[in-house]
Amino acid sequence: MIEFQDLQKAFAGKPVLQGLSLKIRDAETVVIIGYSGTGKSVALKHIVGLLHPDAGDVIVDGQAVSTLDRDGLTDLRQGIGYVFQFAALFDSLTVADNVALGLKRRGLDEEEIEDRVGEALALVDLSGSGDRMPAELSGGMRKRVGIARAIALRPRYILYDEPTTGLDPVTSAVIDRLMVRTREHLSVTGVVVTHDMRSAYTVGDRIAMLYEGRIRQVGTVAEIKETQDPVVRQFIEGRAE
Amino acid sequence: MIESIGRRSVAAIESVGRVGHFVADMTRALRDVGTWFGPTIVQMRRIGVDSLPVALFIAAFTGVVLALQASYTFTGAVPLYFVGTLVGKTMMLELGPVLAGLALAGRVGASMAAELGTMKVTEQVDALETLAYDPQSYLVVPRVLAGTLMFPVIVAFAIATGIITGWLTSLVLLDLSTPDFLKGLKLFYVFKDVWFGLLKSATFGFTITLVGCIVGLSTRGGAEGVGRSTTRAVVYSAILILVLDAFLAVVLL
Repeated sequence: MIEFQDLQKAFAGKPVLQGLSLKIRDAETVVIIGYSGTGKSVALKHIVGLLHPDAGDVIVDGQAVSTLDRDGLTDLRQGIGYVFQFAALFDSLTVADNVALGLKRRGLDEEEIEDRVGEALALVDLSGSGDRMPAELSGGMRKRVGIARAIALRPRYILYDEPTTGLDPVTSAVIDRLMVRTREHLSVTGVVVTHDMRSAYTVGDRIAMLYEGRIRQVGTVAEIKETQDPVVRQFIEGRAE
Repeated sequence: MIESIGRRSVAAIESVGRVGHFVADMTRALRDVGTWFGPTIVQMRRIGVDSLPVALFIAAFTGVVLALQASYTFTGAVPLYFVGTLVGKTMMLELGPVLAGLALAGRVGASMAAELGTMKVTEQVDALETLAYDPQSYLVVPRVLAGTLMFPVIVAFAIATGIITGWLTSLVLLDLSTPDFLKGLKLFYVFKDVWFGLLKSATFGFTITLVGCIVGLSTRGGAEGVGRSTTRAVVYSAILILVLDAFLAVVLL
């Protein structure tokens, strides 16, 4: 389980998270929605210790992330896959090497790494693209490689940072289907950060809206669709006022 | 005014603290041999192969100029075989390490700052961390080790090239015989000339790569930030090379 406990974070004196509290239960996918710049990605980075909170904490499997030393963080990260907004593929490595990098760190033998890379690339429909370089891929393909890199680790948790941002509707739908397929195949707990409501409705078991540094509302997809909260309604309907 | 001086002093002390922290982290990362060993070999090849042509080109022309300028200065006052002495001593003690260092600050330091800066702003460094890699072990240690080990090799070749072109210039343009050139070359030679030059180049290699890594990994702000980091890496490295050059001369000569 992942639990945000009154998480607070400011950058250059400007508060971004102002007491974020949220529980993500095992094997569910929670989508965090919210306006750009409200700290959705910042929240996600606290889960893997890429950022240190000013106050509060994130608890993952009973461990307070901010209290972990480097070895503790390494252990924690071995169980978490992270899909970055722009994929963050390593430019100098082939697609297969990108997917294999995390597996090498886990000390698997060459044969098992090769199997897992093939399996992960097949799951994202990129079999046969292992030898290509990231620069040769489209935006959608890069995101799929990013997902393959995360799922190859067979993690307990997968964190998706804006997985469909910047993609055309069809490619977005492909990515959504992949996230659903990943959850079904691997039974992982997922946290998805997005402002794409179609994607949120497709992949989320629950949706939480982050507003002014706190969770404004959290509920099932049906509950969010029926919400009477004016701020949440405005956001999910995409109205200017 | 006093407030401004105070602010700058605090910023300077903070910078020194950050560098100290970075070096401490890098030293700790040395334990993780399994992670840095492979990338170090790749970096050694890259630094060596990429840098050698530039270093040799500079050294070749420096040797020519040194021989001609020595002859111009010595004519009528000092025996001409001292051309060999001047070319040898200057290439080994000063111009070999310093000119190669300055050239490679532009080539190696800038390229490291740009590469790591791009990795930083495109979240590749964060991605490494989420894959349970320590960026110090995977990115910094290989570059700094490779720089420290390869710079003396590059400079050794540069020194040899400069002496050879100085000798050829003496033969062709100064009518100085090979035995006379060698006589001058050996005249005040001590083994310290060689190790001092190579020690200097190892220090420069360490400094250039460390600066490239620190500046690259502290990059912020997209393409513009990468550009700023690249320039900063070259300027800081060049300044540090000249300061270290003077410092080592005071301490070791």
